[in-house]
Order: sequence, then structure tokens, then C-alpha cells
Amino acid sequence: MLRKTTLIAAFVGLALGAALAPGALAATTQAPLKEVSWSFEGPFGKFDQAQLQRGYKVYHDVCSTCHSMNLLSYRNLADKGGPFYKEGVNPNESPYAKAIAKDFMVPDIDTDTGEAITRPATPSDHFKAPFANEYAAKAANGGSAPPDLSLMAKAREGGPSYIYSVLTGFTAPPAGLTVAPGKYYNPYFAGDLTSFWNGAANQVPPGGTISMPPPLKPNLVAFDDGTKATVSEEAWDVAAFLAWAAEPHQEERKQTGFAVLIYLFIFAGVLYASYRQIWSKIDH
Amino acid sequence: MSGHSTYKPKTGFTRWLDSRLPIIRLGWDSFVDFPTPKNLNYWWTFGGILALCLGIQIATGVVLAMHYVPSGLAAPGGSLAFNSVEHIMRDVNHGWMIRYIHANGASMFFLAVYIHMFRGIYYGSFKPPREVLWILGCIIYLLMMATAFMGYVLPWGQMSYFGAVVITNLFGALPIVGKSITTWLWGGFAVDNPTLNRFFSLHYLLPFMIAGVVVLHIWALHVPGNNNPRGVEVKSKADTVPFHPYYTVKDGFAMVVFLILFASFVFYMPDALGHPDNYVPANPLVTPAHIVPEWYFLPFYAILRAVPDKLTGVLCMFGAVGVLFVLPWIDRSKTRSMRYRPTARLFFLIFIVDCLLLGLCGSHEPDDKIFANLAGFTFIDSNLNSYTWLSRILGLYYFGFYVILFFLSWTEKPLPVPESISEPVLKGPALPKGATAEAEKKG
Ligand code: HEC
Ligand code: HEM
Repeated sequence: MLRKTTLIAAFVGLALGAALAPGALAATTQAPLKEVSWSFEGPFGKFDQAQLQRGYKVYHDVCSTCHSMNLLSYRNLADKGGPFYKEGVNPNESPYAKAIAKDFMVPDIDTDTGEAITRPATPSDHFKAPFANEYAAKAANGGSAPPDLSLMAKAREGGPSYIYSVLTGFTAPPAGLTVAPGKYYNPYFAGDLTSFWNGAANQVPPGGTISMPPPLKPNLVAFDDGTKATVSEEAWDVAAFLAWAAEPHQEERKQTGFAVLIYLFIFAGVLYASYRQIWSKIDH
Repeated sequence: MSGHSTYKPKTGFTRWLDSRLPIIRLGWDSFVDFPTPKNLNYWWTFGGILALCLGIQIATGVVLAMHYVPSGLAAPGGSLAFNSVEHIMRDVNHGWMIRYIHANGASMFFLAVYIHMFRGIYYGSFKPPREVLWILGCIIYLLMMATAFMGYVLPWGQMSYFGAVVITNLFGALPIVGKSITTWLWGGFAVDNPTLNRFFSLHYLLPFMIAGVVVLHIWALHVPGNNNPRGVEVKSKADTVPFHPYYTVKDGFAMVVFLILFASFVFYMPDALGHPDNYVPANPLVTPAHIVPEWYFLPFYAILRAVPDKLTGVLCMFGAVGVLFVLPWIDRSKTRSMRYRPTARLFFLIFIVDCLLLGLCGSHEPDDKIFANLAGFTFIDSNLNSYTWLSRILGLYYFGFYVILFFLSWTEKPLPVPESISEPVLKGPALPKGATAEAEKKG
């Protein structure tokens, strides 16, 4: 306890130093994100269900070997607006959600014997995480735990475009850049490469080195709808899926907003007319 | 409260009640028949808008508190607190809407309060006999800042946590008492679970204290009555209209227009005013690259960081708020409205720009260059082309403005002030009606 407290106190001090002392932190850089167009952009944008299904498949086949998505349950996949939504079907009863869930074995307690068991997941279970805990995740990934992806599309500037840029942005490191073993150069991953660079001081490459090996390759997944699985397609689809996962109610939000705004505009008009009428008798 | 009451109970029940608890009379005298200057412009609608904001925050907050779990204990994906907010966003019916209204509502509340305060400074609403009214307003503002700060900690994201670390540490800079205050705020030796618990308790409590002070604020308003754009006292009944229906309809219209802006944020850019890092669960071991407070604190944050010495910086920051309390004794000019004080008005306009630019400085790292292509040179301790120096200059003006107001009160020659609210602007040959209207519009 005491050790933990001192440790935290030390970090508190550090954080404060970083916040208050100008220049305590070196500047991180990042290449400008790629321009990507999304079906859910703009006030009337909607998710493309086929894309969400493809995106889930990429997550399931590729990313889920390293990344958890703890905030989602299998039933969410069949929620209104979700990749496997079907009108009139209760998400908990959805055959898709059931079929997807049952392939995962989750820990449980046998209520008759009290013994620890594993059983096939049901739609109400949370997505099964690939690692038992943070330490296991770190140990398997060269010291950097793969972050949970549930909110990734909201937790970085640029959201889905950021995810797309990182996934498609791996390139060979420029000559003069030392990349440590187990790290990969990525210009879109914010970092500060000054101390790994032996070229001209004003030409430090943008971005950083990431502990994630380039996860995507052409034809890594076989899309059920026959879409050609290029790296860019896979990245685009999984980023769209992650955007949905980060805010499943996004479509509902915009639709509600439209009705609310129409109501408010009409109400404002009525009030303005009343205001003019009531004040017309006053010389002011 | 001012003048005598015109309320006449009409039914048996209201007569019975009126002689026991004249509460309907109070409401009637305060919000129906209250004589209000007839020349109030739209800047005066923000009082009502602020009351609406407080109501919205309390209503949405109470519902959030039904689902929120104030615990920093780790849970898959984050902590109980972080996950409970996401549970609200994902599983609670319309939870996403309630939370977005509450989170953006705080920003809207501050937008309104800043306009309301600038209005007060411009039209001299803080001057006698309204000093107590003004001070009560400053207390509300202070409570709002405390409430919003603690509310922002509740989702227990990275910015929540490190915002709490930075701000609570400021108190540590105070001599002698500093250490005890921070320990007391934290409930331990660092920002941790006990901190989150007490912040939640206080975040629930303070809005109701605000509501209490709002009652006093309105009481203090209804004794001298409203100020008005001309800054002259009400002279006769011809100068006023009853609050209802004249100002209920005007305030109502303004509120709905304000709600349109509010709804645009809630439904179309709900996270635009927030920080992406707050969707990352708090982790004491990973310090974010940039710790920035919410936009409404940025000008004070810039003042804090502009000063090299920590204690002085903290004192300047608190002083920047504190000076508002004594404004009635700084600006002694007999002319209330800056409409008739061209010099003061000029300094006031610069002051607004100054505050906005300070906000800009607060959002940048102190060492960031202002003009990216300009090398600049080091002056004393920092580059002249950096936000550090810009903050210093702007900070000096922030306080300089009050000094200027103090001296202006004695030296400036105000323009002639109209005799009353109903009379044309200038005495002498009557001006065509259009000319008066023109002057009125200039605000
Ligand atoms: C071999 C394991 C592995 C696989 C497979 C993998 N990742 Fe990662 N990922 C990681 C690790 C490790 C990190 C942490 C990198 C770091 O912090 O340096 C990471 C980080 C990330 C980040 C965060 C970058 C940031 O800004 O912090 C994103 C986004 C991401 N991965 C997306 C994906 C997606 C989408 C997929 C599937 C297409 C995927 N990853 C597949 C291991 C993996
Ligand atoms: C003066 C009025 C208030 C202001 C300015 C205010 C401000 C805030 C802010 C800025 C947040 C963080 C939002 C986010 O980023 O998620 C927040 C969260 C919260 N507030 Fe308030 N609040 C007010 C009143 C209340 C009241 C009266 C209650 C309870 C009765 C309440 C309950 C909560 C809860 C439970 C949260 C955490 C959930 C969340 O983060 O969305 N608030 N508040």
C-alpha cells in the first residue's frame, strides 16, 4: 500500500511538473490523417449494415486475437442499428448473436457444485477478452498492452479516420531512423522520434514507433458478401465497425436531433410572433 | 417586494392560503406584476436562460445519479465509474441523450454566465445600489466552477483524473495550510477512490447551494429592480412594463433560440467541446501528453501558467476571479452604462478580446509557437513568439483593465446621459423617432 502510494505521489508530482513547467515534455508529432469518407458522416449519415458486418468479421478474425472490447456484449451486435439487427427480433434471442456467442468459452460457476467451469457464451455475455489480465496482455506483446477497442473511435482525435490511417499507414522506416526490435514505424501514431533519428535535426520523421505489428494483409479475411479484401477495405470496414461500437446510438441521436430542431424552430417562430404582437402596443 | 403588492386572490382557497402563507403573492409580485424597465435588450435574457440551465443540469443530473457508480475500483474495460457512464451511454433508455445534455449543458451554462457577467460589467449593473446582487452573482459563478470541475472528474477518464491531480495540487502551493488542504481534498495522499467519492457527494450538493444563492440573487434584484441599457433609474410607471407577459415572452423566445444552439451541440457534435482522452479510462501511470481543462477554465489556466513562480501563479489565478467581487469599489464612475463612456467602452471591448485570447493561450502548450514560421528569440526565460509571453501580456491587461477602470472613474468625461428611460436620448430639440431607435440599437 505504502509503495503504491509513493508511486502514485511520484506520478502526481511528475504530472504536475509536466503541466506547469513549460517545455518539460518534448513535442510529439503525427502525419496529417488520411482523408476517408464515411457513410455515417454528417447530420443525416447512417451506418452501412453490410460494412458493419464486414468490419465485425475483421475484428473477429484479426484484431480480437490481441484487443479486447470489454464494453460490448454479443447481444449488442443485434441491437437496433447494429451489424446483425433484424427488425422485430429481440437481441437476446437473435440467432446471429447466439451463433456468434456460442463459439466463445467463458468462465462461470456451476451453481450445483460450486465448481469453476467454462461454458459457451450467450448473447448477454460480454465480448471475451483475449488475455486474462493486463499483465498477460503486456507479456504477450513486448511490454505494451493492446488497448481495449470499445471506445477507440472516440478516444483519439480523428476517430475512425485515425484508426484507418494507422492501420494502412505502416511504411518502411526512413533511412537514418533506428527502430527498436518489436516496434514498427508508423507516421500516424503520435510520437517523438528525435532520439532515434540520426539525420538532420530539422527533418525528424513525423509519427512514432508502435508495438503493434502491421495487422492487415490482403485477403486476410474472406468477406461473406464477396467484397474484395484489400488492406484498405479491411481497414475501412473495421474502422466503421469500431465507430459504431464506440457510439451505437449515433444514428438515433441524429434522427432525434432532427425532430428536436424542427420543433424548436417552429416554437421559436411562434414565440417571436407573440413577442412582436405583445410588444407592438409599447413604445420602447 | 418593491412597491406595494397588486395581487388579489380570487378563489376561496387562494384567499385562505394568502392569509397563511402568501406564496402565490410572492410569485405574482416577482414574476407577473414585477415592474421591469421597458428598454431591456436581448443581453438581459440571459438571466432567465441561466435559470433554465440550472434546472436542466439538476434534472439530468438526478437521473444520471440513478445509474452512476462513484467508484474508481478497476473493472474490465476501465473502472466501475467509467463503465457506469458507458452503461448510461449504451444501455439506459435515452441515457446517451441525458448524459450529452448534462455534459454539454455545463458548457452552455458557462457560455450564458459569461455573457451575463460581461453584460453586467458593460452596463454597470454592479454599481450602487446593486453591489450585493453582483456579489451574489460572483458567488454563484464560484460555486459553478467548483461544481463543473468536480463533475468533470466523475466519468473517471484520463482528463478527469489528471485534471483533478493538477487542480488539487494548486492548493498545495499555499504556504502552511497547503498540504493539509490537499490531503483533505484527496481523502488520502493522492487522487484516488476517496477523492472520487467526495467529489460525487459535493457535485450533488453544490447545485442545490447554487439554487439557494439564486433565490438570494433574485431577491436582491427585486429590491432595486433591474438596471437597463441606459443605466438610469426607473423614474415613473411610464418607464416600466409588467414582467408578464412582456418579458416572459421575450425571455421565452430567447431561451428557445438558446436551446437551438444547445440542441445542435447535444445531437450533432456532442463531443466537440470535450477531450478524446476522457474516453480513455483513468490510469495514474500514464500521464497524457497535454493536460487541458474544459474550455471555460482556459483563460484562468493561461494566467496560472504564465507566472513562473507556482504560488504567485496560483494567487494570480484566484485573484483573477476574486477581483470581480470588488468591482463595485474599483469602478466608481457615476455613469452606469458604458454606452455613455466611450473610453471605458473601448477598454471593455479590448478586455473581451483579451479574455478570448487568454482562452486560446490556455489551450496551447506554453512553449508552442504562435507563428509557426517565425523563429522568434528568447526574452528573459522564454521565446517571445510563444504562448508563455502572449499569456503574460494578456494577463497583464486582464488585471490592467481593472486598474484602468479605477482611474477612468475619476478622469473620464462621460457623454450626456438621458434623463430617463422613456425620454429621447438628448435634451433640446426633439430628435426624429428613428434617431433614438438608432442609439438604442448601438447597445
Ligand atoms: C499482434 C497483436 C495485435 C493485433 C492482431 C492487432 N493489434 Fe492493435 N495493437 C496491438 C498493440 C500491442 C498495441 C499497442 C501499441 C502501442 O501502444 O505501442 C495496439 C494498438 C492499437 C491501436 C491504438 C493506437 C494508439 O493510438 O494508441 C489501434 C487503434 C489498434 N491497435 C487497432 C487494431 C485493429 C483495428 C486491429 C485489427 C485489424 C488490430 N489493432 C490488431 C496489438 C495488436
Ligand atoms: C450547476 C449544475 C451542474 C453542472 C455545471 C454540472 C457539470 C457536470 C459536468 C461537466 C460533468 C461531466 C460530464 C462528462 O463529461 O461526462 C458532470 C457529470 C455528472 N453530474 Fe453534473 N453538473 C451539475 C449538476 C448536477 C446535479 C444536480 C447532479 C445530481 C443530482 C449531477 C450529477 C452528475 C453525475 C451523476 C455525473 C457523472 C455522469 C457523467 O459524467 O455523465 N450534476 N456534471
